[in-house]
Amino acid sequence: MPFADFPLRRQRLATPLPIWRATCRADEWLDLAQAVATGGGRLISLWGSERPAEAGRADVVSAAYASSEGLLWVDLTLAPGGGGYPDLAGIFPCANRLQRSLAELLGIFAEPMADRRPWLNHGAWPADYFPLRQPASGRDSFPDRQLEDYPFVRVAGDGVHEIAVGPVHAGIIEPGHFRFSVVGEKVLRLEERLGYKHKGIDQRFQEMPASEGYRLAGRLSGDSTVAFAWAYCMALESLGASRTPLRARWLRALFLERERVANHLGDLGALANDAAFAFGLSQFMRLREDWLRLNQRLFAHRLLMDAVIPGGVAVDLAPAGAKELVAQCDAIASEVKKLRAIYENHAGLQDRFIGTGRVSQELAAKLGLTGFAARASGLAGDLRADFTMAPYSDQATRQALSRNGDVAARVMVRFDEVGESLRLIRLFASELPAGEIVTRLEPIPETRLGAGWVEGWRGEVLVALEADGEKIRRCHCHDPSWQNWPVLEYAVIGNIVPDFPLINKSFNLSYAGHDR
Amino acid sequence: MLKTLFKIVRQGIASEPRPDLGADFLLPAHRLQNAILEVLGRALTIREVDAGSCNACELEIQATNNVYYNLEGLGIKFVASPRHADMLLVTGPVSRNMALALERTYQAMPEPKIVVAVGDCAINGGIFGENYATCGGVGKILPVDHFIPGCPPPPYDVLKGILTAVNKRYGQPAAAPGKPGR
Repeated sequence: MPFADFPLRRQRLATPLPIWRATCRADEWLDLAQAVATGGGRLISLWGSERPAEAGRADVVSAAYASSEGLLWVDLTLAPGGGGYPDLAGIFPCANRLQRSLAELLGIFAEPMADRRPWLNHGAWPADYFPLRQPASGRDSFPDRQLEDYPFVRVAGDGVHEIAVGPVHAGIIEPGHFRFSVVGEKVLRLEERLGYKHKGIDQRFQEMPASEGYRLAGRLSGDSTVAFAWAYCMALESLGASRTPLRARWLRALFLERERVANHLGDLGALANDAAFAFGLSQFMRLREDWLRLNQRLFAHRLLMDAVIPGGVAVDLAPAGAKELVAQCDAIASEVKKLRAIYENHAGLQDRFIGTGRVSQELAAKLGLTGFAARASGLAGDLRADFTMAPYSDQATRQALSRNGDVAARVMVRFDEVGESLRLIRLFASELPAGEIVTRLEPIPETRLGAGWVEGWRGEVLVALEADGEKIRRCHCHDPSWQNWPVLEYAVIGNIVPDFPLINKSFNLSYAGHDR
Repeated sequence: MLKTLFKIVRQGIASEPRPDLGADFLLPAHRLQNAILEVLGRALTIREVDAGSCNACELEIQATNNVYYNLEGLGIKFVASPRHADMLLVTGPVSRNMALALERTYQAMPEPKIVVAVGDCAINGGIFGENYATCGGVGKILPVDHFIPGCPPPPYDVLKGILTAVNKRYGQPAAAPGKPGR
């Protein structure tokens, strides 16, 4: 659906990807959501803010929708004196947890909002303390509070029992709780409880100068540091319509692709390991280590943290370094090709992969699955391929697709994406345009809104920024894990418990990015 | 199968020498493994807990398990249960939602209960600071034996930090000065 079909006054933000901002009335809120859903669009994120208004302060609820045309950020200003906003969860199921977290941070509720269980607040702060609302500073602490139990949905029946896992898991991974209801080995239902890592990042942003916020954004989810830092910088740069140098844009894309490859390499190894094929882990972790060591040597950080900065990038690439990058891409491509053949010919591995954790295209579309996992379920969509943006469109970036939606499909898409990213890195490194790598941003004397939207390795990340000069009024960072975590609950239904780690790893969702 | 074996044979052994801990360490590196065995009577076992990190520290701790660093070759391994662990490796600023789980993990461990805090955030909360949702550094919750700085610390630093913590707890008083440990 083209957004233009809906009668809204839209303002185009000064971003390299097409992003608009508009305001709507309460009676238009649901109609717009319905129109987006009918037209095949998606809900990307939902958040709230308290903005200065003529009479004191006003509550604003914001939603971000994506369609083939671009991204639309819609604000709904709520009437003073309470009252909520219309519930979106009936149209977009992924709104459920977003609305619950908004209620906890700002005390703004959707109506009717059937599910009012707390999500991020496990009892660590009082239910009537809203850290993003004035006069709460968010700096108060409540050390004596007891954590509260969570009312999981109970499954009853003959032989049904529960398996509780977490928050501390049996590995070097992030914390979260999974409650399985099983019969024998078969999973009837999985319910997730997340929020353990909630650090109040939204509140923390409001204490930082706008020019420093990229560092915090880059630490929302460490495995996606380039994607978030870039999205933040895109948002900041859009406030004053700053144009970054061409060379910087190419280097940002190069960093993003290196991040994508690093994560896929690690996960391809871990996936084999979860199917008891330790050879895969050893081989891929070795490749990942080679990859990260070259990052360290050329760009001064193994995971490329703080490499993307406002106005451009922090490190340049010398011609000798470019040669090294190309040589490494060739070497890794040849190794990955061999390993892929081994994976594909390994009967035991394929037996575990094929048909496991299947997400149909229909379910994926309904739940709003995003990123490479969506592409593995046959849903086309990749910001790098769908829109015109340097340097991706210059290189005719291809998106990887599969239709099966099982672990095998997600493995296949990851292999394909490694191949495409290696091709892109070779091109970015060898055809890098000359010029500056950073430009100075002009100071913005007034309150403005900006946004950044980047296809990270896991999926699209969004940063919505409201700044008044150097002061950040509100910064909302959205990780694609918000969409994909609920899909995992469906993906495991009917599978056996021992396949859960495999299914989970095939998505590899971020706890930190979700809990923020 | 043949391809897999062929790959293993052609790849050879990629492991690198263990970290040189330098002269300022109480135990020379090559004696650490023996010390671990002498003191603990077995391999050093580690339980890792992410108490609220951004997950970058986890990526680097996972990397210590790759073939280059050969962690198990040093007599160190990660275990699933705190009841099997000698050392607790903690990352992140401690979120208030994780503080209880972290304390309980520590309580479940048998002696010697060595605690190592990994990363800048584990030292003092780092960029996340302290607020309604975050308590700050690991030291706010547990007695910490050793801190490993870095954002995130690379695997080599993590490995060195683990060895240093064992060394601090069990190292002999410094030998005659000027005699490097090798």
